[in-house]
Amino acid sequence: MTDIASHHRPLLPRAHRRGIKLPYLGLLPAWLIMGFALILPIFIVGAVSVATRGAYGGFDWGFDLTGYRQIVFNEGWTGEMEFTAQYLIIIFRTILLAAITTILCLILAVPVAYWIASQPGHRKSILVFLVTLPFWMSMILRVYAWMIILGKGGPLPRFLGLFGAPEEMTLMYNDGATLAAMVYTYIPLMVLPVFASIEKLDGTLIEAARDLYGNRWVTLRRVILPLTAPGIASGAILVFVPALGAVLEPILMGGGKQMMMGSLIQLQFGGGRNWPFGAAIAVTLLTVVMLVLIAIAIRSARREIKP
Amino acid sequence: MNQQNAVEVNAVSKNFGSYQALRSVSFNIRENEFFTMLGPSGCGKTTLLRMMAGFETPDAGSIRLHGRDIVDIPPHKRRVNTVFQSYALFPHMTLSQNVAFGLENLGWDKATIRNRVGEMLERVHMDAFANRKPAQLSGGQRQRIALARALAPDPEVLLLDEPLSALDLKLRQAMRNELRSLQRDTGITFVFVTHDQEEALDMSDRIAVLGSGEIQQLGAPSEIYEDPANRFVADFIGETNFLDVEVLKTASKTATVRTPFGQVITVPSTAAIGLGKATLSIRPEKLNLGDQAEGIDFEAKVLSKQYLGGYTHYLLSAGGAEIRASRRNASREGDVIPVGGIVNVGFVETSARVLAA
Repeated sequence: MTDIASHHRPLLPRAHRRGIKLPYLGLLPAWLIMGFALILPIFIVGAVSVATRGAYGGFDWGFDLTGYRQIVFNEGWTGEMEFTAQYLIIIFRTILLAAITTILCLILAVPVAYWIASQPGHRKSILVFLVTLPFWMSMILRVYAWMIILGKGGPLPRFLGLFGAPEEMTLMYNDGATLAAMVYTYIPLMVLPVFASIEKLDGTLIEAARDLYGNRWVTLRRVILPLTAPGIASGAILVFVPALGAVLEPILMGGGKQMMMGSLIQLQFGGGRNWPFGAAIAVTLLTVVMLVLIAIAIRSARREIKP
Repeated sequence: MNQQNAVEVNAVSKNFGSYQALRSVSFNIRENEFFTMLGPSGCGKTTLLRMMAGFETPDAGSIRLHGRDIVDIPPHKRRVNTVFQSYALFPHMTLSQNVAFGLENLGWDKATIRNRVGEMLERVHMDAFANRKPAQLSGGQRQRIALARALAPDPEVLLLDEPLSALDLKLRQAMRNELRSLQRDTGITFVFVTHDQEEALDMSDRIAVLGSGEIQQLGAPSEIYEDPANRFVADFIGETNFLDVEVLKTASKTATVRTPFGQVITVPSTAAIGLGKATLSIRPEKLNLGDQAEGIDFEAKVLSKQYLGGYTHYLLSAGGAEIRASRRNASREGDVIPVGGIVNVGFVETSARVLAA
């Protein structure tokens, strides 16, 4: 017995056992990039958010929660604190805009992705390429294109003019215009992951649903949507997160009438010269994003665990 | 008197591009029978099954389900269920949710569904697994659930698309018996698609042999095996030897032919046989060797042999043709015919069959 055992080879060859740290070492470049490009900047923003505002812009290192306090309270002339809702409204409006953008993208992208997935091979790759095509152009140019489409004398107002709309009408500078540009900008980020998950979906499952007396709606609700939920969730994250930080669309399309978090942050680092306040809003934005991501992660984890 | 047909396929044609998958196919499937569509891949059997399910539409012709034309009826409105080759169980649902799916769509009430699901899971011996998900099952277990799910709504016809092909050999054999008894117990018409002739012979009441988009022969398993209608069927079902013969005289169901070995014999034939060149089909197990030889006999050289325990397969050469014969090793010393030697080969006239060349 012992004889046989002594001839057993160790589970791992000796050299491998000694070099067990090698895989971690091999990941070092990745860790360095992650550290410098991702984690360090977040720490810096976090540190700035609790720094003291410098007298002539900039900041002095320290620990001061004034930046955060400013989100909710205004300091009066005499130093008394009074509650202010203006920034909370901006935060709420930003989240609302991002949420509506996400929902609209979802409603538009699922049928598109489904249709692309149902096309024959070569046409499918062309269509996927077309979906990504807008990314080949600068975002500012794309937003300007929308300004032309919706603006005075643009194609859409002119088309509406055929039905008696006033000649000088513009569809620009309102929430609808902002939303249109937002949906346009972010929809590829929804189409692609949803397409990928529908593509992976086994077509016979849809046939099985139809075979078992499921009409189109039942098949969509009970088979297609639950099985493509991971793709829809990642699409929603990919749209919602950048939509929270959107700057260009509210300024150019909405005419800057409605302040959003992105513009607010930019303002504090620029003209407002209040870096700690800008950083505090950025950290708040980050927290909102994190909460959403954690909520989605918990939801999908629970779905996996359920028997 | 007139037995009702469960399915009537009438002059159905289907093209995929320039490929003719089905060429004006007509046949009837009887009520309560185990009907098999057998053929090599690309013969059109799966296309026919998918037409019955509603996933394909014929280019021409009609399909009737209990007398009603179903060609324009979408899949979810046909009282027909399918057992898919890949089982197609919903991975996000438990087994009982899978089985209940069809019943819910039919609008059954909750209590009835619960009872029916329990009953079906019990019937396929999976009641202990009701709350598991498909990923936690073995292939054979998934197969049972697919069956239970398709049978639960009590369909007019159950369609089975090569359901055993993904299972290993032993399980496949067990499932054959189970399928057969399920069919008998439920009395539901089964339409089974397979390329495995043994499966077809074992389970079916009747078999339709399909080849090149046409029905080559339709009949009971023994008819198809013993009285093949043409070379295609004789070749596809089981093993056989084809010998070139010359037809000298024909009668209603027999033909008198000259064999390559010089004998003139009268053997069963298909109806459509003319004078001149024809093919004689004789199955390897119907050739008797050595001291077992009887009936028409001739001498052959043993080229090689394959000992398989219960049987030995011999490759012989006679009259310029290669002939395969198999011999049952009836005793311990059964395999005694040496390679290279000359052996006497015999067959009974009625076990051969003359087919068109």
